[in-house]
Amino acid sequence: MVIEEAVNGRDDMLIDGQMADQDLPSGFNPNFLKLYYAKLFPYGDIFRWMSYGNDGKHPACDKSYFSRRELSFTLENDIYLRFLSFNSVSELEKGIREKCPFKIDIGPVYSVDPAKRHAYAQSGENVFKPVERELIFDIDITDYDDVRYCCSGADVCLDCWPLMTAAIRVINTALRDDFGFRHILWVYSGRRGVHCWVCDGKARRLTNEQRAAIADYFRVYKGSENSKKKVSLTGHALHPFLVRSYTEVLKDLFEQTLLSSQQIFSTEDKCEKVLEMIPDESVSAELRGRWQKRSSGSKDNINAVRWEHLKHTLQSGRHKGQGLRRCVEEIVFSFSYPRLDMEVSKHMNHLLKAPFCVHPKTGRVCVPIDPAHCHEFDPTTVPTLSQLLQELNSGGMGQEGDNDWDRTSLGESVRFFRSSFLEPLLKSCKEEMESAYNSKLQQSKNSMTW
Amino acid sequence: MEIVRRPQLKSTAIDRGVPTLPLYRSAPSLEVRLEDFELYAIDRLRVLTGISDGLSRGKRPEEMEKLVAELWKANMRHPQASEVMNKDIISHFVLRLVYCRTEDLRKWFLSMETALFRYRFRLQTAEAQRAVLAEFQLPYKAVTTSEFEVIKDKLTLVARSINQTLPTADAIFYKVPFQEVPELVAGRRVFLSDGYAYVAMNQVVSLVATQFRSLLSKALTLTNRKWMSTIREQEKDRLTPIVEALSMSYVGPDYSVGREFGELSLKDIDNVAKSSFPLCMRHLFDKLREDHHLKHWGRMQLGLFLKGVGLKLDDALAFWKAEFSQKVGAERFDKEYAYSIRHNYGKEGKRVDYTPYSCQKIISLTPSVGDHHGCPYRHFSEENLRAALCKMGVNSGGVEDVMDKVRHKHYQLACTLTFEAIHGCPNDAGINHPNQYFSDSQKILKSKVKCLRISFLLTSVIDWEFPPISTVHSLHP
Repeated sequence: MVIEEAVNGRDDMLIDGQMADQDLPSGFNPNFLKLYYAKLFPYGDIFRWMSYGNDGKHPACDKSYFSRRELSFTLENDIYLRFLSFNSVSELEKGIREKCPFKIDIGPVYSVDPAKRHAYAQSGENVFKPVERELIFDIDITDYDDVRYCCSGADVCLDCWPLMTAAIRVINTALRDDFGFRHILWVYSGRRGVHCWVCDGKARRLTNEQRAAIADYFRVYKGSENSKKKVSLTGHALHPFLVRSYTEVLKDLFEQTLLSSQQIFSTEDKCEKVLEMIPDESVSAELRGRWQKRSSGSKDNINAVRWEHLKHTLQSGRHKGQGLRRCVEEIVFSFSYPRLDMEVSKHMNHLLKAPFCVHPKTGRVCVPIDPAHCHEFDPTTVPTLSQLLQELNSGGMGQEGDNDWDRTSLGESVRFFRSSFLEPLLKSCKEEMESAYNSKLQQSKNSMTW
Repeated sequence: MEIVRRPQLKSTAIDRGVPTLPLYRSAPSLEVRLEDFELYAIDRLRVLTGISDGLSRGKRPEEMEKLVAELWKANMRHPQASEVMNKDIISHFVLRLVYCRTEDLRKWFLSMETALFRYRFRLQTAEAQRAVLAEFQLPYKAVTTSEFEVIKDKLTLVARSINQTLPTADAIFYKVPFQEVPELVAGRRVFLSDGYAYVAMNQVVSLVATQFRSLLSKALTLTNRKWMSTIREQEKDRLTPIVEALSMSYVGPDYSVGREFGELSLKDIDNVAKSSFPLCMRHLFDKLREDHHLKHWGRMQLGLFLKGVGLKLDDALAFWKAEFSQKVGAERFDKEYAYSIRHNYGKEGKRVDYTPYSCQKIISLTPSVGDHHGCPYRHFSEENLRAALCKMGVNSGGVEDVMDKVRHKHYQLACTLTFEAIHGCPNDAGINHPNQYFSDSQKILKSKVKCLRISFLLTSVIDWEFPPISTVHSLHP
C-alpha cells in the first residue's frame, strides 16, 4: 500500500550559458565587462528612454529632467554608490566606463539633482523628494520555491520557467486592460526572474498609496509560516481579473504543464502538500485513501489522473463544506499565480536594476522580453558576456558608425527595445508634451484681457 | 408678544439651484432671528440624538435610512418651504458652536453629522447625488445604460465576489479614474477597465461620507479656535448664553455641565449602590468594600461617578478614607490619596473640574491584573458576567438576552437590557453614561416610592463649581 515514487529523472541544471570558446573563462569578469561597456552597452537608448522626450528642442522640454534622475552603481568590491546623476548621454557613458559598475540601478526622478541634495537640506521643508518614478514590478522565481520541485534557490530551468511566463501574461494583461497602461517593458533579470517597467506618464506620477493599491490588487498569495493554505479565495465568485487570469493562463499552465513538469502528485509527500490545502478533512481523507490503494497502473499520467480525482471530488457537489467552493481554483492559484515582491512596487524611491546590465553570477545580459511571445523566451539561451565578446571578435570590422551590438546577438534585443517600446513611448511623450504646452498657452491667452 | 417682521432674505439655496443636500462648507450670510437660533438647533439635536440612539441599538443600514427620514421629517420641517434649507444650514452651524468646545463633543458631533449626511445622501435622487459629487469636485461620471449593458456581467461578478447585493437594471454606477479609489482597487472591490474603476452606489456613499467627515473635522477645529479666541467674548450678551444653555439643556455625550443632580449622602450610599449603580460602578464599589483599596483607574472611574451622582467633597474624603485606612492607614491616606480626590473636585492643581467618564470612555479602558475598572460587559468572562448579573437581580431569561448582546459586542445595549430587567420597565434612550443610568434609575425608584423626599441644603464652606440643587420632590399620584 505504498504510493509509488515516480522517478524524477530531471537533473538540476545550473544555467551557466553556452561557451562558444573553451578558452574564455565562463560568464563574467571585469575585463569583459569593461569591453562590454566600451562597445555594446546602449547608452543612447537608455538616455533617450530616461529623458522621456525632454532631450529635444521643444520649448516645453525640461532640460533638468535627466539630471534629476538617480542612478546607483555597485562596484566590484560591493562598494555601493548612491545618488549619482548625469547631465547628458556623454556624461552617462563616461561615468559608466570609468567606474565599470557590476550593477547599475535606476531610481526615481527627484525634485532636484540628487547629487546636489545636501544643498537643499537647509531649507528644512521636504525639498528633496521623488517626483516621478516608473511603476515597477519584480518577480523572482525563488518566491515560488515551495511549489517548484525541479529546482530551488538560484537555479532555474525550462520546467519552472513557465511560471515566469505565466506571471508576465497575467500581469501584463491586467496592466493594459484593467489599468489602461500602454508603455510596458519586461526585462529578464539575468538569472531567475523578470522585472517590469510601466512608463506611462500616468504611471510615473502615481503616489506611494496608489502603487500599493495596484500591488494589492495583484496580490493573492499570502504566504506565511503559520497557514497551510496560502491562497484563500472567499466570496461567491471570483473577481473578473482572477477569472480571466485563471481561464486564459493559469488553468492551462497548471493542467498542461506544471502537473507533469513538477510531478505534483507523484509522491506521498507531494500529494499531502496538496491535500493540506483542502479545508475539509473528510474530502482529503477520502482522496488520501484512494491514492494509497493504487497499486498498479501507468505512472506516466499519475499526476493528471489524481488531479481529475481531486477535481471531481470537490466539484461533484457531494461535499458542501465551507471553503470548498473555490478549492480547485485555490490550488491552481497556489501553484501558478504570480508572486510579486510587494515592497519593490510600493515606494517611489525603490531602485531597480537597469536593462542591459550583465548579471555577475551568470554572465547573462538583462534583455527585454516580448510579452506577446514570452512563451518562446528561453532563459538558457540568453546571450552571455563571453558569447557576445566572442561574436564581436569573430564579426570582423564593421563600417565606421555602425553599431557594434548589431553584429552580435544583442542586436535583436536592442532593436526590439527600440521598435516595441522606446519609439512608441517617445512618440507619446512628445504628443503629451505638446498638447500640455499648447493648452497652457491657450489658457494664458484667454486670461489676457485687452 | 411682539411680532417681528421677518426680513426678506436675498436668495435661498434652492433658488440658486444648489443641491438640496448642503455641505456646510461656509457659514451662511443669512439673518436669523434669535429665537430661531435656539429653536432650530434644538430640532436638529433631536435628529442627531435619534441617530445616536439608532446606531447604538445596532440598527442595520436600511433601518437607519428609514429612521433618518422619519427624524428629519418630524423635526426639520418649516411652514415656509423656502425656509427649510435655511433651517438645515443654520441649525448645523449653531450646533457647531455648541459642539466644538471639547474633544468628546467634537467626536460625537462629527460621527452623528456624518451619519446624518450619509443617510440623507442615500435618500436623495440620482440627480441630487450627482450634484453633491460635483460640489465635492469628485471626478465621477455616471455610467450610461449602454455602457452598463456591456459590463453588467463583470459588475455582477465583482458584487458576488465581495458578497454585495447584485446590481439591478437601474443600479447606478460611477466611472472613476482608478487613482481616485485606491482602497477599492486594493481590495479588488471594483471592476477595472482601461484605467477606470466602476464604483457602485454604496461605495460612492462611503467615499462621499469620508470627504464630508474630513471637511467637517477640519472645520470643527477651526470653529473651536474662533470660539475661544473671539466669538465667545464678542457674543457674551447675545449668542454665548444661548450656546451654553443649549449644551446644558440637552444630554450631550457627557455629564460635565451641572445638571439636575440629586445629592448623595454617605448613609444612603450602600443602598443606592445596590439599587441604582450600573454594573461597572457596582463592581468597583463592591471591590472597594471588599479589598479596602482600588488602583488608580478604578479610583478615577468610581470617584468621578460618585461626584457626578452628588457626593460632596467632604463626604467623598470621608468615604474613601474609611475604606483605605483599613488597608493603608489614615496617615498614608491623608498623605497619598486625599490630594487626588480633591484634585478630582477641582480643588487642587489647575482646578479643572473633571468630568465623570461616559460609557464610550469606560469601554475604551482596558483593565489589567488587579484592576477593576473598564466595562464589565466587555472584560468579564462569560461565567463571571453571568454571576454578576444574577447578583444584580437579573432573571435567567434576561441574562441570556444580555449575553447575546455581549457576544455581538453591543456593550451599552447589554447594560440597557440589564437596566430594563432590574427596573422592570423599558429605557428607550439607551444607556450612554453611568450617571445617566443612576439618574434614570433613581427617577423610576422615586416615582415608585410615593413619598416626600427632601434633600439637604448644603452648608459647605467650600465653593462649588456647579450650583447645589436642593430638590423637594412631592409626588402627584
